[in-house]
Amino acid sequence: RVPCAGEPGHGAGQSARDIIRTIRDPEKPNTLEELEVVTESCVEVHEIGEDEYLVIIRFTPTVPHCSLATLIGLCLRIKLQRCLPFKHKLEIYISEGAHSTEEDINKQINDKERVAAAMENPNLREIVEQCVTEPD
Amino acid sequence: MKDSLSLLARIPAHPDSRCWFLAWDPSGTLLASCGGDRSIRIWGKEGDDWVCKSVLGEGHQRTIRKVAWSPCGSYLASASFDATTCIWKKSQDEFEVRLSLLILTQGWANRLVRGLHLGREIVWQAMNAHEIGGWGVGGGEGSDWIKCCSGLWDSAACSACRTALIAVWCIAGVVCSGADPSWKCICTLSGFHTRTIYDVAWCRLTGALATACGDDAIRIFEEEPLSNPQQPTFALTAHVPRAHSQDVNCVAWNPKEPGLLASCSDDGEMAFWKYHAWIAGVLL
Repeated sequence: RVPCAGEPGHGAGQSARDIIRTIRDPEKPNTLEELEVVTESCVEVHEIGEDEYLVIIRFTPTVPHCSLATLIGLCLRIKLQRCLPFKHKLEIYISEGAHSTEEDINKQINDKERVAAAMENPNLREIVEQCVTEPD
Repeated sequence: MKDSLSLLARIPAHPDSRCWFLAWDPSGTLLASCGGDRSIRIWGKEGDDWVCKSVLGEGHQRTIRKVAWSPCGSYLASASFDATTCIWKKSQDEFEVRLSLLILTQGWANRLVRGLHLGREIVWQAMNAHEIGGWGVGGGEGSDWIKCCSGLWDSAACSACRTALIAVWCIAGVVCSGADPSWKCICTLSGFHTRTIYDVAWCRLTGALATACGDDAIRIFEEEPLSNPQQPTFALTAHVPRAHSQDVNCVAWNPKEPGLLASCSDDGEMAFWKYHAWIAGVLL
């Protein structure tokens, strides 16, 4: 559920939306927002402690291709981890029905170890950096 | 319950990085930590303080995920995301790399189990389990089992998983022909943890079960004194909600000093705790 203006978590949700909308797609010269991979309603926020929020993102990949979906999941996670200005826990999922192997993909993109190992792979890291870096 | 797990010290073990794992040496006097900064640190006590005795920084090119001591305490194995394992030999107070092996699994881990979950079947592989006598199993309804450890008794094991459940297993009555006993789940602890459980450690001295959770908390469970060994019940005897400022990745009981627990976190810190067991409602 999306908190309304004035409710705790509204600012948190808005921060998250603003951070992810400008992430670029790994293959196309568009942002995830332009491609409707992420939308206003794909961000869910829950207060889990004092000034701490659980942020849940459900994204819809443009093509049902595994490696691209996990790559987008990785970009979402990295940028949010770096840019969210409050203490948070993050869960990222493919929106239901968007992929045939979504359970496996969801496991991968939420596996902290795999994410850490992926970011130590120079090739993957380079792609992610290009997708998440704000243009000057 | 509030006072049963008290903080002794907090150390920035791997600053600006993540501390993934901790391992006590067999004598209980040294603690090895490893992390995202690609180094291993060996910690020892000097007076009342924990100090870093060595930094083993030249062995790996990527995150070091786990370390393990040999049973004799003279060797340390480290496993890294760079797909190698290093074996370090201790001479005096120094460590040097003796062997660098291009393998993906470790040698002397004393929590030894790797489970392969094939649909609903459980296939288990114990590595070097015969040296320590522990076997581990796990399974479940499609959930991921992250960690297993052997318990106080050789016939009991405990596993922790992604969906925040802990299961306790024991060897089923009948021993099958061949080396592998069959296991059954005798207890499940649910409703205590709010996020993934990254580690579970069963103290061989006291029987207490510690958990490291993605909700930043450390919890301790003990078997109820009069519970049926075939269907044990466990009580939560300690809960520190903000044990660290981020996910707790590892908890490790000191093998010689009862109640001494070390923990580490994504925030790069390591903490030492003293656990006071309860008997019949009285804090010891």
